[in-house]
Amino acid sequence: MGFLDINNVTKSYGAVEVLHRVDIEVEEGEFLVLVGPSGCGKSTLLNMIAGLESITGGEISIKDRVMNGVHPSKRNIAMVFQSYALYPNMSVAQNITFGLEMHGTPKPERDQALKEVGALLQIDHLLDRKPGQLSGGQRQRVAMGRALVRNPDVFLFDEPLSNLDAKLRVDMRTEIKKLHQKLKTTIVYVTHDQIEAMTLSTRIAVMFNGYVQQLGTPKEIYDTPENVFVATFMGSPAMNVVPAKVEMVDGLPHARIARADGDDALLAFAQENMAEWAGKNILLGIRPEAITDPESADRASNSIAAMSNRVGVTEPAGADTFVTMILGGKDVIARMRADTTVAAGEMFDFAVNMEKAVAFDPQTEARIKP
Amino acid sequence: MAVASNENAMRTSRVTRVLIYVTLLVFSLFYLLPLGIMLINSLKPLSEITGGGMIALPQQWTIEPWLSAWSSAQIGVEPTGLRPYFMNSIAMAVPAVIISTVIGALNGYVLTKWHFRGATIVFGLLLFSCFIPFQIVLIPMARILGILEIAGTTYGLILVHVVYGIGFSTLYFRNYYAAFPTELVRAAQIDGAGFFQIFWRIMLPSSGPIIAVCCIWQFTNIWNDFLFGASFASGGAAPMTVALNNLVNSSTGVREYNVHFAGAIMAAAPTLLVYIVAGRYFVRGLMAGSVKG
Repeated sequence: MGFLDINNVTKSYGAVEVLHRVDIEVEEGEFLVLVGPSGCGKSTLLNMIAGLESITGGEISIKDRVMNGVHPSKRNIAMVFQSYALYPNMSVAQNITFGLEMHGTPKPERDQALKEVGALLQIDHLLDRKPGQLSGGQRQRVAMGRALVRNPDVFLFDEPLSNLDAKLRVDMRTEIKKLHQKLKTTIVYVTHDQIEAMTLSTRIAVMFNGYVQQLGTPKEIYDTPENVFVATFMGSPAMNVVPAKVEMVDGLPHARIARADGDDALLAFAQENMAEWAGKNILLGIRPEAITDPESADRASNSIAAMSNRVGVTEPAGADTFVTMILGGKDVIARMRADTTVAAGEMFDFAVNMEKAVAFDPQTEARIKP
Repeated sequence: MAVASNENAMRTSRVTRVLIYVTLLVFSLFYLLPLGIMLINSLKPLSEITGGGMIALPQQWTIEPWLSAWSSAQIGVEPTGLRPYFMNSIAMAVPAVIISTVIGALNGYVLTKWHFRGATIVFGLLLFSCFIPFQIVLIPMARILGILEIAGTTYGLILVHVVYGIGFSTLYFRNYYAAFPTELVRAAQIDGAGFFQIFWRIMLPSSGPIIAVCCIWQFTNIWNDFLFGASFASGGAAPMTVALNNLVNSSTGVREYNVHFAGAIMAAAPTLLVYIVAGRYFVRGLMAGSVKG
């Protein structure tokens, strides 16, 4: 049993099941991110942990105590909402201590807790203001302060950064991570932003259509996605997934991929069991950073395949230059050095790191495991 | 370009502007004329009115008609003036406004934030009560007041007006709270606040504009009501509107028009005052919810 145990949990509205048998064990101090596109059920799951939505089937327990039917205030959890949900009629100090007041904590203790949280989040100078007089970032801090002051077992974050502008979002992201490292509390965090998921979490649950598609560390999710959905949802730009055919050349499995003009490209697999798929069609997934110019190919990799192809468009993005090309009938993006000399329209010799390539079954879209 | 940018559709010439103001001035004078006539005639001796000087300013200013209307004029058979009935109306309107507003706020809170099966139907029925004509309920209401033994009293009138007011006050608060972020209620639930704590500490303090709207609406309706007052509380418990009617209709001998005018202004004064004091909240509250921020 984990610290927070989500055991075979389902949720239905009438006859429609929106969450299907979700099974996640969260250890104490873990930072679990639920990530997925809108409507995937991630916020519903969070609200069920919070007790704001009822549980149709299965069990949620915190510290071995079953939480089904327990009132939100008795679960010892705290939640940070997307809109911050600060009480507009109360000052910052009242907002932060409202929960303690409702739980009957005496005034001196409340003041002490307020002082500590104010110092921790550097909002001591704002305590007398009303939420309406605060900036977005300050409101965010107050909302976190309100959650922190209760000293809960589990923190729940519901897309807390999505109302902030891009720069502030990055700053607050770092701060949430620092806070987690300092306090070592258990956090469940919902977002649709895969970068937030990658940077913050110790583990990620990628959700789609009410199913947990994959549960794992950020590295596992990124390097070995379970299926095409996870592969394309995580990472920016998305992983290139192109149709390919497995062929044996000199006794080794190769992927045959159609090029825009001329003959097909043949890329040797690093994954040995691909020989079993000889003669069959697959989907080949290659991350943009695995397609480079030969000089900047990963030196640690034992399986760099050369492939020449016609360059479509180049998109300088500052730190990198993205190069598009057509491969297997699809637009494929390569991540090149910023000062690359590639020009649109010319033929170029790319290097493909086949150690980072993943193959998917075209029928089930599941990854072909080595 | 600088010249061109000064030209826009909103700019009007000086002549047009003067025309607009003159028109507005004429309209407002016309609108204020009845009140002006009432005021003027309530401040002159009766002889000047009966002498034909209805529009003229008083030759001899006097507050005698006001004093008479307030404390000594003949209302029905008693020479009490309007004062006791004014107090009746206050004793009726204030509790009725407060109770119906509080119940309306609670209804709105429950209907929007604590969804239960059939909430829409309940709201529909409450809304329906706004459209029931007064006359239809007179006899059943009289029966109920009789059973409760509060017929002919101010308490009876309070009950009638509360029952009638709930439909409107619920409508106001439901629509206002529908735009109130539900996340705040959820946050308060997690913080451990109960049903009434959320209502008193979170919802009500943010309901200023709609409380103003509801109070103005209810106060105006209840204060100006004549039918219920005449039907359920004649005699000593009659409200101001009924007493004013009695003042005007029951004068023996000479009709004291100046006293009647003074009495009419007294009867209208509280609603007028409410509009002047809280009128800007009325507009603001009606707009709230439709426009964010």
